[in-house]
Amino acid sequence: MAEPLSSLSISRLAPRLARGEVSPVEVTDHILERIAAKDGVINAYITVDEAGAQAQAREAEARLRRGQATPLTGIPLALKDVMVTQGLRTTCGSRILENFVPPFDATVCERLRAAGAVFLGKVNMDEFAMGSSTENSAFGPTHNPWRRDCIPGGSSGGSAAAVAADLCTASLGSDTGGSIRQPASHCGVVGLKPTYGLVSRYGLVAYASSLDQIGPLTKEVRDAALLLAFIAGHDPKDSTSFNPGAGNGSNYQKLLQGLKDCIPEYGPQWPGVNLDREIKGLKVGVPREYFGEGLDPEVDAAIRGALQTLAGLGAELLEVSLPHTEYAVAAYYVVAVAEASSNLARYDGVKYGLRAEGQNLLEMYANTRAQGFGAEVRRRIMLGTYALSAGYYDAYYKKASQVRALIRRDFDAAFARCDLMATPVSPTPAFRLGEKLADPLTMYLSDIFTISANLAGIPGISVPCGFSALGLPIGLQLLGPPFGEATLLRAAYAFEQATDFHRRKPDLSD
Amino acid sequence: MALTREEVLHVAHLARLALGPQEIELFTRQLNDILAYVEQLQELDTGEVAPMAHVLPVYNAFREDVVKDGLSRDLALDNAPAREEGSFLVPRVI
Repeated sequence: MAEPLSSLSISRLAPRLARGEVSPVEVTDHILERIAAKDGVINAYITVDEAGAQAQAREAEARLRRGQATPLTGIPLALKDVMVTQGLRTTCGSRILENFVPPFDATVCERLRAAGAVFLGKVNMDEFAMGSSTENSAFGPTHNPWRRDCIPGGSSGGSAAAVAADLCTASLGSDTGGSIRQPASHCGVVGLKPTYGLVSRYGLVAYASSLDQIGPLTKEVRDAALLLAFIAGHDPKDSTSFNPGAGNGSNYQKLLQGLKDCIPEYGPQWPGVNLDREIKGLKVGVPREYFGEGLDPEVDAAIRGALQTLAGLGAELLEVSLPHTEYAVAAYYVVAVAEASSNLARYDGVKYGLRAEGQNLLEMYANTRAQGFGAEVRRRIMLGTYALSAGYYDAYYKKASQVRALIRRDFDAAFARCDLMATPVSPTPAFRLGEKLADPLTMYLSDIFTISANLAGIPGISVPCGFSALGLPIGLQLLGPPFGEATLLRAAYAFEQATDFHRRKPDLSD
Repeated sequence: MALTREEVLHVAHLARLALGPQEIELFTRQLNDILAYVEQLQELDTGEVAPMAHVLPVYNAFREDVVKDGLSRDLALDNAPAREEGSFLVPRVI
């Protein structure tokens, strides 16, 4: 039986589009039909833009005929509903933005549109990206395609589930404390969080501005490299997007050039993204603090198996130490909530979004925000407001920012000894829906292995590396130094080629 | 430093959040749990560590002041819950 079009990665679909074996309209219609048939049980999408996607697919078809296509022309993508899309509702998984139709495109959306990609719609997420399970969505939880009574991870759970269930070809998510890597791990797909500043945040609705970063969730590693190459690069509209004029420029330039070099010119003979380089001699650090108490034995076994695979490919394993790891969650839940409390001050019922009634302006604000925000968002706004309030700033925000510096120093010292690090993504496979909902702190602790990368600003990728006895995917996390994406992708690709976990698909036949 | 019910109400006021009676109780408990966990940061001696607010060196981004098209007034008002005569409409303030 021929493989359905929906299950093809970008790297396998693009050459067929280039040769005219299949048309963008055909692919888009096929996936839209699959969404209509299957998303009822997954709930990956908040908004499906059927008419928009079909119009974009027709444009892509014309562009392919004109010979002006890129490898993304006609590729159906799902966008996490936290990136604004001109004319297409953007909710952030929140009641407060339920009817918000942005008047402009995020820079990443603009770049993907310019490349000819097709936007199928907007996918589910924890409200304002605050959560690890996609249960904090005003539009209902997303279900893990591998076991529907389990969470898909979060906050980019809609992205990960849509990619795993073949409800899109690839997706963009955002990662503030693990929100790309953790759902990718729980759904058995590839998820890349780039170096802070590599991808523009313009049009990414802000949660914690010094931690947020957009990145791809894909069916295979080459697709992540391809999408990154299209969305990376300085944007004058985001003052925190890295400007090579100022320090560390050579690593950045090398990375951008490296990404370009691995994508040959597109046309009927397109050979695909080339990450095919040996990893022999690559020094892979194994941080000892990431193993031990609290790590599920099945995850431990899968990661140790993955380390052996990397060693078998010629990588040199060495133990490293990140001594401040145990403080990362605490530092994160001060820094992130403090930034969130000021970022979310803008939702006041005046310029856009929900408005509730009130006797006066103050009451209108308070009622709007009480009705518009879910419990987790309110909890984090409260925590952040408290941490920044008079008399507490030094004890909380300043202290956490100092610990953040110590965490970054840990990574700098470790990367002086190794090229990248290999760790688990999450201490356990996906947990059951509802299991941790009543206890926010336990939920926060599940982010222990992903949060440090955001605090330090370094890149990380999750690649499938095993399955639990219950059939839930397990991911391997590779972490690199700032602008070390090329090495990460190369190692992840070598690992992927040596294993077949990424080829398995969840069964959605019923 | 345990948060009292009064402090929770004060913070809710600062954050412009209306809280129901049950929520006050729940949030007081949950916020205290989280703050107790965060307390472990105090174990670390950070006396000489400069706080890190940003992972990359941040520089002022200067540019020429050029006139460009912005959002039209209508487009800017399109998402407003209430508008009147080209302005955002809010409850009476004075």
